[in-house]
Amino acid sequence: MDRARLSHLRELEAESIHIFREVAASFEKPVLLYSIGKDSAVLLQLAMKAFYPAKPPFPLLHVDTTWKFRDMYRFRDEYVAKELGLELLIHINQEGLAAGVNPITHGSRKHTDIMKTQGLRQALDKHGFDAAFGGARRDEEKSRAKERIFSFRDGQHRWDPRNQRPELWNIYNTEIHRAAGINRAAGTRGESIRVFPLSNWTELDVWQYIMLEKIPMVPLYFAAMRPVVYRGGVPIMVDDHRLPLEPGETPQMKMIRFRTLGCYPLSGAIESNATTLPEIIREMLETKLSERQGRVIDHDGAGSMEEKKKEGYF
Amino acid sequence: MRADQAERELISRDIEEYLARHERKDLLRFLTCGSVDDGKSTLIGRLLHDTHMVHEDTLAAATRDSKALGTQAGELDLAFLVDGLKSEREQGITIDVAFRYFTTAARKFIIADTPGHEQFTRNMATGASNCDLAILLVDARHGISVQTRRHAFITSLLGIGEIVLAVNKLDLITDSSGAFSQDRFNEIVRAFEEFSTRLPARNIRAIPMSALKGDNVVERSAQTPWYSGPTLLEHLETVPLGGHRNHVDFRFPVQWVNRPNLDFRGFAGTVASGCVKPGDRVMVLPSRRTTTVKQVVTFDGDLNEAHPPLSVTLTLADEVDCSRGDTLVHPGNEPHVSQDVSAMVVWMDDAAPLVPGKEYILKHGPHKTPASVVRIAHRVDVNTLDRSPAPALALNDIGEVAIRTSRPLVYDAYTRNRGTGAFILVDRLTNMTAGAGMLLDPSEADGGNWTSAPRATHLAPSAQVITPDERAKRLGQKPFTLLFTGLSGSGKSEVARAVERRLFDLGRFGAVIDGSALRSGMSRDLGFTKHERSENLRRGMELARAMNEVGLIVLASFTAPDASVRARARELVGGDRFALVHVSTPLDACRRRDPSGLYAAAARGSVKDVPGLDLDYETPTDADLALPMQEIGAGEAGVRAAVERVMAFLETRGALVR
Ligand SMILES: Nc1nc2c(ncn2[C@@H]2O[C@H](COP(=O)(O)OP(=O)(O)OP(=O)(O)O)[C@@H](O)[C@H]2O)c(=O)[nH]1
Ligand SMILES: [Mg+2]
Repeated sequence: MDRARLSHLRELEAESIHIFREVAASFEKPVLLYSIGKDSAVLLQLAMKAFYPAKPPFPLLHVDTTWKFRDMYRFRDEYVAKELGLELLIHINQEGLAAGVNPITHGSRKHTDIMKTQGLRQALDKHGFDAAFGGARRDEEKSRAKERIFSFRDGQHRWDPRNQRPELWNIYNTEIHRAAGINRAAGTRGESIRVFPLSNWTELDVWQYIMLEKIPMVPLYFAAMRPVVYRGGVPIMVDDHRLPLEPGETPQMKMIRFRTLGCYPLSGAIESNATTLPEIIREMLETKLSERQGRVIDHDGAGSMEEKKKEGYF
Repeated sequence: MRADQAERELISRDIEEYLARHERKDLLRFLTCGSVDDGKSTLIGRLLHDTHMVHEDTLAAATRDSKALGTQAGELDLAFLVDGLKSEREQGITIDVAFRYFTTAARKFIIADTPGHEQFTRNMATGASNCDLAILLVDARHGISVQTRRHAFITSLLGIGEIVLAVNKLDLITDSSGAFSQDRFNEIVRAFEEFSTRLPARNIRAIPMSALKGDNVVERSAQTPWYSGPTLLEHLETVPLGGHRNHVDFRFPVQWVNRPNLDFRGFAGTVASGCVKPGDRVMVLPSRRTTTVKQVVTFDGDLNEAHPPLSVTLTLADEVDCSRGDTLVHPGNEPHVSQDVSAMVVWMDDAAPLVPGKEYILKHGPHKTPASVVRIAHRVDVNTLDRSPAPALALNDIGEVAIRTSRPLVYDAYTRNRGTGAFILVDRLTNMTAGAGMLLDPSEADGGNWTSAPRATHLAPSAQVITPDERAKRLGQKPFTLLFTGLSGSGKSEVARAVERRLFDLGRFGAVIDGSALRSGMSRDLGFTKHERSENLRRGMELARAMNEVGLIVLASFTAPDASVRARARELVGGDRFALVHVSTPLDACRRRDPSGLYAAAARGSVKDVPGLDLDYETPTDADLALPMQEIGAGEAGVRAAVERVMAFLETRGALVR
């Protein structure tokens, strides 16, 4: 018995690989939603493992809000596209861009809705993807805790939390109605599935796996001296000239890092001296706050994550 | 995420050592279930809260929500820590399962908090399917309800071997001294035990509790001085993890054929059970081609062996035909391969009931095939566990069905192998997951081998060279089968033997088939459960039919306690040459005689499944001849008189010619 017992991480890894393969075998056009953060990094590693020695049989898609940190773009272009040699699609909501939508003047809610949610829907429709992998985990947030691993979306990409498909054992219902021929031409879109291979992973699992597998990460997760201003007591990094400074406000250099990475003025940093993975993990275990507390999006209102997901946010 | 004192110290002193230990902790997956409002979500909220697993900002948000909705008069509603959907918080009920993750110094846990409302039973089943333990909550004021029984039954079908009976809300039922009522607790435990004796045996641990106040959840209660067992958390941290994994039978359902270039062809999949090594002979099912495993390939290098639930890629020595949906096994240890299967099904589609004849998509691991339900063997009343015929299975119904698939399934019984014994049915029109199925071993199915199709598909009927008439003339008799049924010790075998003697003396040929004698030969693999008794009788009846074919009169003596199984015997032999003889000796008399010592053994507790005692003997209502031995008389004279009645019966049925 004991000889055959896998470590917890290897068990999670095996489950995720199983999910990747099910999707690749059952859908016509899957895509991996790649957001450059730690969960995406783990997702990518698992995709590489699932199809080894082949490369993953689907492209990566980054829905770019144009407001990511510069370190993130560098990592995306140099490591993922060049070094791993994977097909990486980048989509920007051009209408939003033309209208100048940004988190500073439009607020987080509008910015996220237009540049992220709408952008994602545009990209999925444009390429006709019928399955999209995301790196969401159930332990992130309480409406996520309710979601299936294979999460059904109607033709408008909507999630209906009151009517989810039963999901038993490791048998996944992969049946969807695809808009075919004449319907597709007429602009009717088919149903699709969002797939979350990391559903059963916790934040600790993710970090421990990154450590175990030595997965390269965006440097922003590690503490360093960086220019910040404080907004509502939260350190906000001044990544470029786009962040308007209040009168009299001057950026100061602080040892900071990020627990989650989103759009830059929306992601609060934490003051920290953790420059290594074990230190990051220790801080995480000792904190009294949840992972999403640095993200403005979940505080937009009670149940805001749920509302966004109903609209097609992943 | 926080931990107890010792762990906290370790984290700050030596994080790497902590992580190494953390990685070696066992994982227990459990669910909470039970009727609506019995306190499941409150219990999980309490468990997370009291083990300090809730972050401050999460707690603050839940407190804000509780104030706004006022479900607990402004106090924190613990259920809000798990009821993550807006409509759940507004209505104060759970709609869908929430998965939560937590760790203590002893173990890791994955919790599924499932809804109690009957309408959402399918979400409960979703949460339960991967669990090892179920906490079944009961509101002490209301006791065991239909929904409690339904959930108990579903967890049993899903093979969950550990049950915690959480008798909750005892803070509302107190005795004169203010302590929780022990009488009420005992009463509920007894009621549950009575119900669960009709289910396969499981470990049951009952705990008196108040989820709201936290009594016996993490902290020991001062209100239950009469209870000395563990708190819920103590139990969860120490309950043995038997595990439901099958480490014996190697099964590898192929998920994906990996062919990056001409030099590599690998078969990717998850080891469902057993173990595989390079060099193993393997067989591809259903094609039965054999080959050898070359390598067990992974991203991290080749492995020397692979166990469940590893996801690996196998390369094979020969270019055998093998694709997604095929299964690799070790030759000599083969699963069932059939297009005709029996299964217990939980129906989950609110739009349409399960009806025989309709075609569904059946998904069994990576294998997908059209399938239709041939017959509903029975529906189970979740309240009484009685089985009854049913024309359809409606939402939340549970029943046994016979299914015919377009392509054969390669499977094991669910009770033997969860990995290859489960499937789902998908509605072809709506794509809804309409049913969850647990495959039965052909011998356990209602009907067992009585109704299963022969495995061999090319059976040539043998030609008759001697006609039945010729035989009847030569033997002076027509073939006939008498099935003597009755309790152990009723005297059925004695009567059968005496009839055989009598026929012989008259120059005729009778042959006795004795149920218990078969067990030392052709039925030596069978025990005494319902299914095994049924199979023993089936074999006896196949033998009777063969003996009838050569013209003999068969005197078959079997306890045959089930009316439905006796009816199948009549069908198998053929109604016009079959008669049921009920040797109806009262139980007391049988017990006094006890020729085989069975009743004495049962009294000592060394045997189970004794008809008339702990196994039902269904008194025949369709006997063609009754032999009330009590009236006919005891001893040799009684047997002689019984023989006369049997001979007269055979005469009237035209079995004796000339
Ligand atoms: N007095 C008392 N009330 C309790 C206890 N446990 C739960 N309750 C109350 O019972 C009600 C229902 O609790 P929930 O936890 O939502 O019940 P549930 O079983 O999760 O309900 P569903 O998920 O909708 O089936 C709430 O008002 C709780 O506060 C208890 O131990 N004592
Ligand atoms: Mg609940």
